[in-house]
Amino acid sequence: MGVSGLADFRDEVGHSGPVCVRGGGTRWELGGPPAGGSREVRAPSGVVAFDPAEMTVVVGAGTPLADLAGVLAEHRQEVALEGPSGATVGGVLAVGRSSLRRPRIGAVRDALLQADCVGAAGALFTAGGPTVKNVTGYDLCRLLVGSLGTLALIGQVILRTWPSPERMLWMQGSVTPEAVRNMCFRPSSVLWDGQRVSVCLEGYDGDVEAEAAALGSHLGLEVVAAAPALPPHRSRWTGRLPEGSLLEVGTGVVHGLVEVEAGMPGPGVVTLAARIRTGFDPDGRLNPGRDPYRIAA
Amino acid sequence: MWWTRRRSIELLTRDLEAAIGADRVAGGASALHLYSRDGSIIRGGRAGVVCLPGSTEQVAACVRVARAHGRAFVPRGAGTGLSGGAVPCDDPVVISTTRMDRILEVDVDRRIAWVEPGVVNLDLSRHLLGTGLHFAPDPSSQQACTIGGNVANNSGGPHCLLYGVTSVHVAAVEVVLPDGEVAVLGEEEGDAVGYDLRGAFVGGEGTLGIATRIAVRLTPDPPEVRTLLLDFTTIEEAAETVSAVIAAGIVPAALELMDQQVVRAVEPFAKAGYPLDAAAVLIVELDGLPAGVSREVEAVAAVARECGARTVRIAADEGERARIWKGRKGAFGAVAKIKPSYYLHDTVIPRTRLAEVVTGVNAIAERHDLIVMNVFHAGDGNLHPLLVFDHREPGVMERVLAAGEEIVRLSVEVGGVLSGEHGIGLEKRRFMSLLFSEEDLAAQRVLRDAFDPDGVANPHKVLPSGSSCGDVQGLPEIPEGVWV
Repeated sequence: MGVSGLADFRDEVGHSGPVCVRGGGTRWELGGPPAGGSREVRAPSGVVAFDPAEMTVVVGAGTPLADLAGVLAEHRQEVALEGPSGATVGGVLAVGRSSLRRPRIGAVRDALLQADCVGAAGALFTAGGPTVKNVTGYDLCRLLVGSLGTLALIGQVILRTWPSPERMLWMQGSVTPEAVRNMCFRPSSVLWDGQRVSVCLEGYDGDVEAEAAALGSHLGLEVVAAAPALPPHRSRWTGRLPEGSLLEVGTGVVHGLVEVEAGMPGPGVVTLAARIRTGFDPDGRLNPGRDPYRIAA
Repeated sequence: MWWTRRRSIELLTRDLEAAIGADRVAGGASALHLYSRDGSIIRGGRAGVVCLPGSTEQVAACVRVARAHGRAFVPRGAGTGLSGGAVPCDDPVVISTTRMDRILEVDVDRRIAWVEPGVVNLDLSRHLLGTGLHFAPDPSSQQACTIGGNVANNSGGPHCLLYGVTSVHVAAVEVVLPDGEVAVLGEEEGDAVGYDLRGAFVGGEGTLGIATRIAVRLTPDPPEVRTLLLDFTTIEEAAETVSAVIAAGIVPAALELMDQQVVRAVEPFAKAGYPLDAAAVLIVELDGLPAGVSREVEAVAAVARECGARTVRIAADEGERARIWKGRKGAFGAVAKIKPSYYLHDTVIPRTRLAEVVTGVNAIAERHDLIVMNVFHAGDGNLHPLLVFDHREPGVMERVLAAGEEIVRLSVEVGGVLSGEHGIGLEKRRFMSLLFSEEDLAAQRVLRDAFDPDGVANPHKVLPSGSSCGDVQGLPEIPEGVWV
């Protein structure tokens, strides 16, 4: 892997013809399947370098997320990337959906420091930089996350890591999310089904125990074994919570039994998005058929 | 020809006055002089006319009038920027957002506030006192800089180490695009559907449009805050402590380093009791829930002692904590007591390389016979070496610029970047190719062109280009009458 892996990936993408990149294939239909006739390519796989003292990791986009998590866990660290079993680093970045634990570990879009990509013309370019803080030039990394590979194909990335919590537990009870949020300092996740709230507490042992005790004695919450099962479809929160759905409080996401279509963005945004896509990929060869604006949330 | 220039600016001014009112357009000599520069050391900018709009519609009107007259526009907040991002080139319309300074809405339950771009950073946090929430980005200029400016520069500050830079705290932004249209990028909660245009816009340095309303995320105040002052007999030991703290799996809320020169300059007014004989001090702030904070305090103290800390002082009360921070936040002002001018760099390096780079920076300054003062965001590797000098001293500028360039080159050589929070502006354009290839820069240009196909929004900034900026030349060649 490393430089040669990237060069091979660039050569595989080549200069012409429609290409689509395959990660774990766990969310292949999202945003529309790639147009027929697209040549499938795969990004390099493997952890290239991990410096726990720097809290950054260099990893091939084709690396299964579980492999990366294993390497980081050896040093009690983690990244803000989460996906279905089998998902890859590049796939999770391309989709851009954040973890249920977003309020603690942050959004996927904030985890990406640098991306080495192959552009539509078949050349490698680097977006962002290797350091944890950086405003050198335009913030292309933010744009790449959630773009479904329509602007460039990500080959290798540098991600920001964080210390893993010492303790994690889920609690549940019949109170409002506001009551829970007012009693906890930055809970990792607060879910609300209209009647019951589920909350994830993470951190140092003593802090998690103290908050859990308070939630138990004041609000009657009880510890449960795991996060509640999520209904299959994600939509944007519109202020209504249909039967059987679960709201991620504060993140604008509803997990429901049916998908609620996203409202169309305003005309200014549509024009801008179209100009960005054609600017990066004038001939429409990168993941043709896919459209990030067709993902409901 | 000066008279055609004057005539065309008169016509432009007339149309701007008709669009937004004569009291919102300034074209007098003193206004033009004031708006010809920003907080950077760059001089020689030239504004055509200055607008002070009061609403989104008026900002859009300014942009449309500018375009109709074939003029570029330069957005401007408080003008505290340090890289020349708000320095006008070639008589553009300067659009200052300082009169758009209302806090429009604070939603405590949803932890969101909508503000106008001219709201001063610290004013928002003051406004939030008593709600249990605050706005996390805290640049050293927070008493003066505006949130619109923070958005343009993706500003940082000491507490961004744990809480993240401005981009993380901007949920949505209403912008006037370079074609005069208005669009809202992002969502109040979570991610907008489609491309993260919000993320692309933040840090655009005014080249992608003008923010006119901003939805910022509010952060809960931590229940427990402990501030430690550590002192060292060598700066290398202090730098090693920074790396060792991060390696121990602790991300403090803030982790700042000040060297002896800075400590001696700030102690007289901060009265924090900084040890004046220390080679360097570290300010470490740990926050969160009580059990974790006390464990982290112990762990940081242990790591620091192992690395050679002479004393570990824990602020006993809020007053002591405030005095420790007063020195840090007032550091740049205090430099004036030593020499009248300073040139501040803003590179970021891997935090595991701090010790060697700080040593290298000091050696560079010594070679050029300059005083360097180090006060910086050590926890995220964001260096702020201040080269202090007297600009009236013959030949000093050449030495300052040469030393500055060597510092940038050293930072890039060890795997760092050009700027952590001040931006590229005019100042660092010429260094962009140290870090980026032609292909990398072309990709960035695609983003810029998508927002601004005609190149009217703050031209000449950020990306290197063949064109020069009026009277402001590339920094190494200093034209007559211009000083950097």
